[in-house]
Amino acid sequence: MTQFLDIAGLCARIDADGQEKEILRGVDLSIPPGEVHAIMGPNGSGKSTLSYVLAGREDYEVTAGSVTFQGQDLLAMEPEERAAAGLFLAFQSPIELPGVNNANFLRTAVNAVRRARGQEELDAVAFLKTAREASKALSMAPDMLKRNVNVGFSGGEKKRNEVLQMTLLQPSFAILDETDSGLDVDALRIVAEGVNRLRSPSFSALVITHHQRLLDYLVPDRIHVMAKGRIIHSGGPELAKQIDSEGYTRFLAEAA
Amino acid sequence: MPAVTETREAVEKLGQSSYKWGFETEIDMDLAPKGLNEDTIRLISARKEEPEWLLEWRLSAFKAWQQMTEPTWAKVKYPPIDYQDAHYYAAPKKKPGPKSLEEVDPELLRTYEKLGIPLHEQAMLAGVELPEGETARPPVAVDAVFDSVSVVTTFRKTLEEAGVIFCPISEAVKDHPDLVRKYLGTVVPAGDNFFAALNSAAFTDGSFVFVPKGVRCPMELSTYFRINARNTGQFERTLIVVEDGASVSYLEGCTAPMRDENQLHAAVVELVAMEDASIKYSTVQNWYPGDENGRGGIYNFVTKRGACRGARSKISWTQVETGSAITWKYPSCILQGEGSVGEFYSVAVTNNHQQADTGTKMIHIGRNTRSTIIAKTISAGQSDSTYRGLVRVLPKAYGARNFTQCDSLLIGDRCGAHTVPYIENRNMGARIEHEATTSKISEDQLFYCRQRGLSEEDAVGLIVNGFCRDVLKELPMEFAVEAQKLLQISLEGSVG
Ligand SMILES: Nc1ncnc2c1ncn2[C@@H]1O[C@H](COP(=O)(O)OP(=O)(O)OP(=O)(O)O)[C@@H](O)[C@H]1O
Ligand SMILES: [Mg+2]
Repeated sequence: MTQFLDIAGLCARIDADGQEKEILRGVDLSIPPGEVHAIMGPNGSGKSTLSYVLAGREDYEVTAGSVTFQGQDLLAMEPEERAAAGLFLAFQSPIELPGVNNANFLRTAVNAVRRARGQEELDAVAFLKTAREASKALSMAPDMLKRNVNVGFSGGEKKRNEVLQMTLLQPSFAILDETDSGLDVDALRIVAEGVNRLRSPSFSALVITHHQRLLDYLVPDRIHVMAKGRIIHSGGPELAKQIDSEGYTRFLAEAA
Repeated sequence: MPAVTETREAVEKLGQSSYKWGFETEIDMDLAPKGLNEDTIRLISARKEEPEWLLEWRLSAFKAWQQMTEPTWAKVKYPPIDYQDAHYYAAPKKKPGPKSLEEVDPELLRTYEKLGIPLHEQAMLAGVELPEGETARPPVAVDAVFDSVSVVTTFRKTLEEAGVIFCPISEAVKDHPDLVRKYLGTVVPAGDNFFAALNSAAFTDGSFVFVPKGVRCPMELSTYFRINARNTGQFERTLIVVEDGASVSYLEGCTAPMRDENQLHAAVVELVAMEDASIKYSTVQNWYPGDENGRGGIYNFVTKRGACRGARSKISWTQVETGSAITWKYPSCILQGEGSVGEFYSVAVTNNHQQADTGTKMIHIGRNTRSTIIAKTISAGQSDSTYRGLVRVLPKAYGARNFTQCDSLLIGDRCGAHTVPYIENRNMGARIEHEATTSKISEDQLFYCRQRGLSEEDAVGLIVNGFCRDVLKELPMEFAVEAQKLLQISLEGSVG
């Protein structure tokens, strides 16, 4: 059966100072439509790399495997085509764009995606109204829209700004790479609610996290454990508690 | 392939065919023989029916020029220019003034159409008088200079009613000789520098603006320069005089056809601001930059200088420089009046093999004079860009202040950006601040934008416009939009 997202035998490497470094070593993962899956795993296991490869970052070279996204060969698409097709990545470390007004950036992005999806572009007034409502729902300070993209934002503000972008871009598939890290308890809940609001039969998500607490608010359908560039274990939402109390040692030992 | 390499290549590839103003117009031309000598100068002066004093002024400038050598201190490289291998006078052949659009040389009309000037204005540009009061767009009075000759000036009636004189300088010489004689060469003397001397000897036209006491000019004034003829040098001379308490905003745009050979452009602009007067001078310079191999393009050697003569006067230069093979240009302010203000806002973009050496000079003479310099330099391809600025504070300039901010943005790793600030302070109480940064458009930034659905070109455009925002916001609204588009075009060539 073809899934919403099908990752099969995905291998990717990076050229680090002239040395080929194998990072993904055969990732298999399928996400059905409407489901939220979580990935947990030790530092450096390749979680962010997987999200970059899915989003189309060019410095990673895919050496084997395939990714099918809603029936399309995802790996053959440009990053902006993937975005237009509905893929969104909330960055682990959001990037600063000095001089670029946040609202202007968001509107340019929203309209680029709307154009590509054959939808009508939003004018400045309509956009600002939507953007203000969405940022309010995330308890963001009103001036965040006027400031330069991520410049001088606190860690938590950056993460909220990622969720704001996700809300406005209306993806069908969102990857959240440690969006919970650096958030205070209230922010954590607000961000989780932001994702929950998007949940529908036509929205799936892959949530990368180190903390079980996020998954209390954002209960996933499945949890996968990633280690050394592979998914080594999968289970239900209860897996989070087990990892929280026991760590990864047992999974690593079993996989070896 | 890393994103940055690809961007660089995309930028380079697209940059080549993106000069959409590169067409040539076939119009009957009146050309002087090649070369510059006393006879050519007499011929120019005679064609313009100039008074004797002006001819003498030109000839003395020519004598001075002959004694001078081309300056070599700028960080630009080009083969020696043969000054005798160019025409110093080229003018569209004049027929008796057209009465309607039908009578105007259709080629000239087509040129304006290609330049994107609306038909309504085309009619005016082509010299057709329109029924008074028929103005669809926000009024901008235009003086169009085609090769060396001013073709037409619009909105003259409206301006005259306000007391503003806006006309070709050749006409001003005839109609307002005392004014021209009083101010011409008082800011940029005939023998100021090699290119200014050349201009003084050989200038053929340009614009003249005079705003009398207490008058705020009722509309933006604009001059449109276009080089068309082959092997011609274009030497316009602009003179703007604003009396006590008066103000004006002046725009300047430029284009030229694509040609294999280089063409010389050596203009002089003089501004005079009296007490409480203010002059805003904005330029969007889009001369042909040459092709991707550095063939052709305009050599732009320009002397622009403003004198803040009166107390509390203000001169503000804003420039967006995207064109020319070589740009050599330092719009300056002489801050003589007490409390006078000089401003310089600049964006200089170079791509392919373009070279730009540009900046400003702020000369603080009077007490409490203030100057602000914001210079943004963007380099792509194998281009090279230098900001060269001088802040000079003379002993009596008590309380003088300067703030300078120079930022460079690099796209790719084969281009260069340099900042050369000179500070000469002879008043210990003066406050001079200088800040400089250099940055690169990073792969991270491009990927982030693309992940949000922007094309690489749009991403570069967004980042570049963000980088230039402090300067672009100084431009008059309509011009700012045009400048933004131009920036994008000169960097990624989004137009096929
Ligand atoms: N550009 C790069 N150059 C060199 N090594 C890299 C590069 N990108 C990733 N790596 C390496 O690949 C491995 C996986 O990195 P990745 O960021 O995917 O881990 P992660 O699972 O997201 O870790 P964390 O939980 O700390 O965020 C790490 O060892 C990292 O150092
Ligand atoms: Mg990570």
